[in-house]
Amino acid sequence: MNRRAPVLQVQDLSVRFRVAMGGVFRRSYQEVRAVDQVSFDVYPAETLGIVGESGCGKSTLARAILGLVRPRSGTILWEGDDLVQLDEESLRLKRREIQLIFQDPSGSLDPRMTVGDIVAEPLRIFYPSMSRLQVRERVAGMMKMVGLSPDQINRYPHEFSGGQCQRIGIARALVVNPRLVVCDEPVSALDVSIQAQIINLLNDLQKKLRLSLIFIAHDLSVVRHVSDRVMVMYLGRVMEVADRDSIYLQPRHPYTRALIESVPIPDPVRERARARRALKGDIPSPLSPPSGCVFRTRCPYAIPACAERVPELETLDGGNQVACLRHAELVEQWDSAAPVDDWPATHGAED
Amino acid sequence: MNEATRDAFTQALDMRVIRGRSLYVDAWHRLLKNKAAVASLVILGLMVLMVSVGPMLSQWDHEIPDWDNYSIPPSLETGHPFGTDALGRDLFARTMVGGRISLLVGVVATLVSLVIGISYGAIAGYFGGRIDNLMMRFVDAIYAMPFMFFVIVLMVVFGRNIFLIFVAIGAINWLDMARIVRGQTLSLKNKDFVEAARACGGTEMQIIRRHIIPNLLGVVIVYVTLTIPQVILVESFLSFLGLGVQEPLTSWGALVNEGAQELETAPWSLLFPAGFLAVTLFAFNFLGDGLRDALDPKDRL
Repeated sequence: MNRRAPVLQVQDLSVRFRVAMGGVFRRSYQEVRAVDQVSFDVYPAETLGIVGESGCGKSTLARAILGLVRPRSGTILWEGDDLVQLDEESLRLKRREIQLIFQDPSGSLDPRMTVGDIVAEPLRIFYPSMSRLQVRERVAGMMKMVGLSPDQINRYPHEFSGGQCQRIGIARALVVNPRLVVCDEPVSALDVSIQAQIINLLNDLQKKLRLSLIFIAHDLSVVRHVSDRVMVMYLGRVMEVADRDSIYLQPRHPYTRALIESVPIPDPVRERARARRALKGDIPSPLSPPSGCVFRTRCPYAIPACAERVPELETLDGGNQVACLRHAELVEQWDSAAPVDDWPATHGAED
Repeated sequence: MNEATRDAFTQALDMRVIRGRSLYVDAWHRLLKNKAAVASLVILGLMVLMVSVGPMLSQWDHEIPDWDNYSIPPSLETGHPFGTDALGRDLFARTMVGGRISLLVGVVATLVSLVIGISYGAIAGYFGGRIDNLMMRFVDAIYAMPFMFFVIVLMVVFGRNIFLIFVAIGAINWLDMARIVRGQTLSLKNKDFVEAARACGGTEMQIIRRHIIPNLLGVVIVYVTLTIPQVILVESFLSFLGLGVQEPLTSWGALVNEGAQELETAPWSLLFPAGFLAVTLFAFNFLGDGLRDALDPKDRL
């Protein structure tokens, strides 16, 4: 585990969106708390996985880190600069160091541009003085690195498969040598077999280039495969942050536990034998989140106190963090019972 | 890497590179399968060729009368294949010269409206919010102004001048273009690749230029092919009212106007320019339809 100075420190970050609520003459607005008081660190050359159901603010968080949406409050410290306070132009220049990989592989590529132009775009923007030959060489090298043949440089995105398009997206993100890459569900739109290729590619590139990655996904097995640490989000808030093994083997938060238990085991005998405690109900509307702990409406362990107090993100002995009022007693209760599951380590995207 | 290996590397690269088929190349191939569109393209090509070299082929000038032949019917013997008008001027030469003006007005006024409309609409649509509101209300305001009134005021203030026709038609036509482009921009700016460009550090203007405008050109091209005939018609209408080009210069609209007055005595002076006008308008409209089908991604089955 890496405990050097973090490259990125996010503190109390909140993103709100105004939603128009109709009304003909005077429009009323309500606020959606997309991201609410989120804090976390990213260390050099580590992968932080972010998991959560859809609508829990993962993608908004990713966009806030890049400055594509402006946060309401909080700080994003990048090498001593607070990105929240920067003006548009300085923020734009910071994007040379923080890049984004998108969920929709082909939708994030301009259909009118050739692959070469797409990958070269960040270079043209940040290094306008580079000669055509230099750009071309760098693009060809990058394409090789992500497993594309450089002779496809003049082809168009619609001539590629989803996995290849995602490779193009990765090449575009890495071509300017960023230090942090935010991957917003980079594999959830791909076939499982392709997912493994893309994940292994990201892993290899991370080692080779010593990148920090923020890896957003809703697939727990994918996150387990790539992450050093995992952050669990629910309704815009952080529920738990822990290193990979503790989150899977010894989850502290009821929500994390429920998530892990809901993953099917690829073994019908064990799967049937397992006691299912699937979460009931839907995510509450982020327009009016529950008082106190946002998870209490679906939490099987909720007590009246959960409705009154918002649980702080507590830091535990090993450096893991959890936001639950009852985590100490619950862990004892769980530990005395059977272990969570012998979580199948070979499930999903292993090589 | 030293110089020689680098050269060898790029050369090797050049030789192996495969050319991809862009969406426009695809569209072009689809267009070539559409017989009406190809025929229109050929007709328009011929039309441009005729009006550019036609006047030189004729032994008569478009403004000097043939003093011996007033209002004669078409005949090759007299050297007037389309006949002459009431003043003895060769109708073939006049139709060709008139075609030059009509096509020129159509193309130039459309280009003017294209340039203004695209930049205006793309900026309004991309920045959105208050800027968009302000810019589009200005468009609405101009839209509400009666076109003929606008043209007459221009003529009164600046005198009759062919240049003014370009200005007047262009000044009205860019409004439609701006609205179309704005609508397209609104749907484009939420696409992932635009956000990707922002995440790559592109400035707003770079994004508009490199991503928004190239992606809305498909719709714009279709609209252009439908605007050109519309502009030609407007010019004909202005000329018909006597507000268009000035004698001895002429246009198809002006010729139709003159021909209509001599319909009973010299029908050919109406039929020839009207025929050319109609064929050109048809060709543009068919081409526009063909382009729309070819560029429409929903058609890609």
